[in-house]
Amino acid sequence: MTGIMAALAMRTGRAGRFIWSSWAGLSALFLFCALWQAGHEAYGSFILPSPLATSHSVLQLAGERANWLIACTTVGRALAGFLIASLAGIAAGVLAGYSAAALRLARPLVTLLLGVPPIAWIVLAMIWFGSTNGMVVTTVIIAAVPLAFVGAAEGVMTRDRGLDDMARAFGADAWVRFSTLALRHVGAHVFPALVLALGTAFKVAVMAEVLANAGGVGGGLARARSNLDVSEALAWVLIAVIALIAVEYGLIRPVHAEVERWREAARPWGIKR
Amino acid sequence: MTALLLSGIGHAYLGRTVLDGVDLTVSAGEIIALVGPSGCGKSTLVHIAAGILEPLRGRVLARYARHGMVFQEPRLMPWATARENIAYPLRIAGIGRKARQARALAAARRVSLDESDLEKFPVELSGGMRQRVAIARALVLNPDFVFFDEPFTALDVALRRRMQDLVIAAAGEAGFAALFVTHDLFEAARIAHRIAVMDPRGWGISGERVIPGVPGRRSDRDVFEQVARYLSEDALFRHVNDVDERRLA
Ligand SMILES: Nc1ncnc2c1ncn2[C@@H]1O[C@H](COP(=O)(O)OP(=O)(O)O)[C@@H](O)[C@H]1O
Ligand SMILES: [Mg+2]
Repeated sequence: MTGIMAALAMRTGRAGRFIWSSWAGLSALFLFCALWQAGHEAYGSFILPSPLATSHSVLQLAGERANWLIACTTVGRALAGFLIASLAGIAAGVLAGYSAAALRLARPLVTLLLGVPPIAWIVLAMIWFGSTNGMVVTTVIIAAVPLAFVGAAEGVMTRDRGLDDMARAFGADAWVRFSTLALRHVGAHVFPALVLALGTAFKVAVMAEVLANAGGVGGGLARARSNLDVSEALAWVLIAVIALIAVEYGLIRPVHAEVERWREAARPWGIKR
Repeated sequence: MTALLLSGIGHAYLGRTVLDGVDLTVSAGEIIALVGPSGCGKSTLVHIAAGILEPLRGRVLARYARHGMVFQEPRLMPWATARENIAYPLRIAGIGRKARQARALAAARRVSLDESDLEKFPVELSGGMRQRVAIARALVLNPDFVFFDEPFTALDVALRRRMQDLVIAAAGEAGFAALFVTHDLFEAARIAHRIAVMDPRGWGISGERVIPGVPGRRSDRDVFEQVARYLSEDALFRHVNDVDERRLA
């Protein structure tokens, strides 16, 4: 019971510290809004609607159920692509990390995947799949896979051999060493790559939707452009950003904080018991 | 009764021979100190004996039931608490969570770790405490053989002495046999029953000496005089303090 209370208290404390530290982020956000407002006053509503007008547009868009479905379409596509890319990329990365030969084979492929701009993949995927769900998800996967792959492969390669030997001395077989040591290390290593991959997934999903007019937020953006409705276009951009932030801070960061409790303990203001 | 028998052990890294024809026997309940200059292959030998490395040549015959091991660095999992680290060998052995908790606590008590320290992560512990955790981890399975690979080299003198006393006490209590690698002759003369000196090039054991007295009952004066005798009168120990930096990893 006391254990549960303490665990709860610790997590509440973590959330509290997070909110406190987000003051700095908020002030940066307000500075950005001020610059935006200045730009608006310099160039007028047609070129750059004011932040206030844009947030009105967001609220207006948010008032309609259909628009929620549109946003959900994009989030769904980005998340589906992200999940598939993470699983495939991490699995392949772990294998490559253990096998030097596989890694040598994979290196040029990774360079290729990272080097070709997403826009090229979008055009190819449009030819292959037409303006469908599959086309957007495929593009997202292609853009996000190399990030997860490299993160996982580097994680395996930089694992602590000393810990491996220690486990071996206590009779751990290869599977136990992998599941209790390597996987844990890879997780920590691959995490920043996953955050990056998630952002890429959203960007590429919206981009593909705009180009292929495939519905979703990108579809809304394309429509706003053809109507020359700048404040609606900005509103869609804002909605995509809000969705990304919601997924990152609602899903990924809490998981990370949970697995990386010990890093917090290393800080001077960390959990002291 | 023999606990560990090494015969004709040879090993090479990338074609460079570092061990050749090493024979060593450890009896049950006996602590052997293995000394030799840095880079002569002591760690390699212990890793082979503990089953971490496959020897290129020779045979390892282990007649004991279970072994534990303490390395030069603590080698703790940074993401796990002290308790989870101590319990790690139990987890490998497939023992349930509840039993692990209790046995980890018992092992922690044997090395005078506070229960309040058990929920801390390694980063929150001092160097000495981390090595205590590593010793507790080595003892948690109640081994009848323990390998020590220069476990206290990184600690300061006062702490090193306390850790040596801890090992002497634990060995006296549990009666485990041990292969204790060190390049500190004073440490060897305090802890061990017998000293084996390794050839500076790793070509076998140059010789062995039984240390008079019983570990834990030798006075500081006895230890000091014994080491002084070894260094001044005994040719076997001539190369123990040599350092060839080219051979260091
Ligand atoms: N993994 C390795 N790869 C190549 N050479 C190594 C490796 N480990 C140790 N050596 C070399 O083997 C020799 C013996 O090393 P080691 O067993 O660590 O000696 P000691 O523990 O006595 O200081 C040294 O010359 C060292 O450089
Ligand atoms: Mg060594």
